[in-house]
Amino acid sequence: MNFIYDLHRTMMSQKLILVYQGDFTQESTKSILSMAERNLDSSGEESNIKRKVFNVMVEALQNIVKHSDELVDGQMRSHAAIFLIGKEANRYCIMSGNPIQKKNVESLNKKLEHINSLDKDGLKDLYKEIIKNTTISDKGGAGLGFVDMARKSGEKLEFSFPEMSADYCFFCLKVNVPREAE
Amino acid sequence: MEILNLEGAEDTPKIILDKKNGIFEISGRSLPEDSAEFYRPVLEWIEKYGSDANPSTEFVFKLEYFNTASSKLILDVLSALEDIKGMKILWYFHEDDEDMEEAGQEFSELVEIPFEFKTY
Repeated sequence: MNFIYDLHRTMMSQKLILVYQGDFTQESTKSILSMAERNLDSSGEESNIKRKVFNVMVEALQNIVKHSDELVDGQMRSHAAIFLIGKEANRYCIMSGNPIQKKNVESLNKKLEHINSLDKDGLKDLYKEIIKNTTISDKGGAGLGFVDMARKSGEKLEFSFPEMSADYCFFCLKVNVPREAE
Repeated sequence: MEILNLEGAEDTPKIILDKKNGIFEISGRSLPEDSAEFYRPVLEWIEKYGSDANPSTEFVFKLEYFNTASSKLILDVLSALEDIKGMKILWYFHEDDEDMEEAGQEFSELVEIPFEFKTY
């Protein structure tokens, strides 16, 4: 049973205020958002910081709902992904992890690196460029989620793709929202 | 013309489109699971309205939050409004919400409709 205490200590040392693992749907997204919102409200966080955190959370959660690849491992099929929020003295960290097929890693990696290469104005131009030309995909996305997260956070997106199996990687994303007003 | 009246929910905005009383408003939060499906009746209503519009229309956006999938549909709504004579957008944002103000400015750069910015 010690893993319970270990997990608790890990959460404390990583300053995690919310962890969710399991199936991600619009319904679970709404529940997670309302829990996180209550937490931010009760801590008396500034409203503009709260809005930015909420913004990044929605995009991160809906990304998982729409894009997380179903993990097929023998007979096992699962959509299991993870979502975490950390609260440090000077920033909030919105983190997510979900399985992605290896063949999709390269294009995602390229997209994220491109976003990270842009400054504030470059991100704004990219946003306008995409919104003008995009159509909503059959998954329901506009292709703007990562650009928006980068704009709202004002910092570089952190990401990695540790290997899960021959066919899958685990896409880890961390978006930092500074708590001090600019 | 029929009134389009959608009650808001935690993930969908409140929408009132009422030609007779001159009320055209989208307010609240917009992060529906399927934004294209959610905004379809709005786009259809505007298309009908366009064929017999009031001499002038003030269309109010008073959004607290919208996700990126909704932003694409909001642009589609604005593009549909663009062709209607006497159209004006009233873009409300909370007084300390720079992101919502900036979002409105970006939309105003993407369509040829006069925007008036207001705080609440």
